[in-house]
Amino acid sequence: MNATMNHGLDLLCGGILLTGVLVLWRRELAAIVRLLALQGVLIAGLAALLGAAEGSAELYLAAVGVLALKAVVLPLVLRRVLADSGEARETEPLVNVTASLLAAALLTLLAYVVSQPLVALAPSAATRALPVGVAVVLLGFFVLVTRRRALSQVVGFLLLDNGITTTAFLATSGLPLVVELGVSLDVLLVVLVLQIVAARMRLTFGGTDLDELSELRDS
Amino acid sequence: MSGPELVGAVVASIAQVALVVVGAPFLTGLMRQVRARMEGRVGPGVRQPARDLRKLLNKEAMRPEGSSVFFVAAPVVLMATTLLLAAVIPFISTVLPIPGADDLFAVVAVLMLGTVSLTLAALDTGTAFGGMGASREVTILALAEPTILLAIFALSVRVGSSDLTDIVEGTLASPTQVLLPASLLAAVAFVVVIIAETGRLPVDNPSTHLELTMIHEAMALEYSGRDLAMVELASAMRLTILLGLGVNLFLPWGVATSVAVLPMLLGIGAVVVKVAAAAALLAAFEVFVAKLRIFRVPELLAGSFLFALLAVSASFFLR
Repeated sequence: MNATMNHGLDLLCGGILLTGVLVLWRRELAAIVRLLALQGVLIAGLAALLGAAEGSAELYLAAVGVLALKAVVLPLVLRRVLADSGEARETEPLVNVTASLLAAALLTLLAYVVSQPLVALAPSAATRALPVGVAVVLLGFFVLVTRRRALSQVVGFLLLDNGITTTAFLATSGLPLVVELGVSLDVLLVVLVLQIVAARMRLTFGGTDLDELSELRDS
Repeated sequence: MSGPELVGAVVASIAQVALVVVGAPFLTGLMRQVRARMEGRVGPGVRQPARDLRKLLNKEAMRPEGSSVFFVAAPVVLMATTLLLAAVIPFISTVLPIPGADDLFAVVAVLMLGTVSLTLAALDTGTAFGGMGASREVTILALAEPTILLAIFALSVRVGSSDLTDIVEGTLASPTQVLLPASLLAAVAFVVVIIAETGRLPVDNPSTHLELTMIHEAMALEYSGRDLAMVELASAMRLTILLGLGVNLFLPWGVATSVAVLPMLLGIGAVVVKVAAAAALLAAFEVFVAKLRIFRVPELLAGSFLFALLAVSASFFLR
């Protein structure tokens, strides 16, 4: 891998981390969906770059797949959920935005610390960027834990998946194409199921606040 | 440092101070003019702040009853710290007479000294608005200071020195570093800090006349005549210095690395153009944003702190 490619790799990884963090910063759900789409484009770019570096056609295919799924299909589904729900903003996260941002800083440092042994196994430009993938995974968990709207939960889940994909690309230059396809289909299915769940919730409770699900009720 | 080089360095330093003192009012004027034009007004012209300052300088300074030496000293301290910064930060040349004075920590400390002296003066007057402005300013200062240190720290990691001169020379030597994630993140964090530190929109409205929303203006409310001129000129100079520091840290092209005449002239031209462009961009941005609620400001600054921290960590794991 030459210097220009290293530079591009750094920029793409920086962008992936940045979009992950900005998801925590923004309140408008439409903006969050745009950020996720952008992150999808960046991950596809990462796959294509690694494909170019290793001259592997399989990685190019993976890049096209990632681009189609994460940058086109999933954002479209999310926009539909958003348009149906009429909830434009994540109004009351359990942890406020300032604290979320500071938590994101800590999570990034944590990701850096825990991935040191992994980086030490095979130091290269790609594995050195491994903390980025781990950090996005942790940010995804954080969104899942602290956000209350059903759509935000889907966003957290997708962030988690993006983190895992990034880690896989950086650590092993991608999983075998079959595994990749299986995972992608799973993700798509989960999002579609969550869309239906959100729609059912809205029919029953008039909103998608997950706190409504904490008690059993008649009716 | 040899004899002729020392002379050249002193000349460069004096030129920087002169450039900042003379240029600052015009920079403020330029920003107001850009805003006015974009809002569809004619605007008072670029020279208006300079005319205002000349008028104020000829007027007597009034002192509120019962105010102490803090009130009298604050404009002088503010001006002195600002002049010192103008002399030591590498704006037009990286060869400057006092090596070590442009250390990151020294520069930030001197910058904060000026702000703190003004907040003390605002408290000293004993008025409600002075105290309110001071309390808000210190809140923002406490949040902005770690960010500014971290942002420059991210840049100093790769040159292995906290000297601003070394950072600028390092970036000049390998220009592609500007596009590294660490530099880009640090640049964003630094811009937010400049906005917070100089009281621009969306943190503070520099043209407000509504006391309840003031931050910086509330602290200068009791000053008049010469003292007010000093405080206003120093504020304009701080804006100039921070913008100059920002453009030279992230886009250092044109800065002279020797004391020869031609590179220095080029350095002056480059820094004037870059700072004017940055100021015009900032003013254009201000047209499109509304002032944040004061309780949302910590959120903005926490975001910029996070950017700075990511910049530092990225400079370790994305190399």
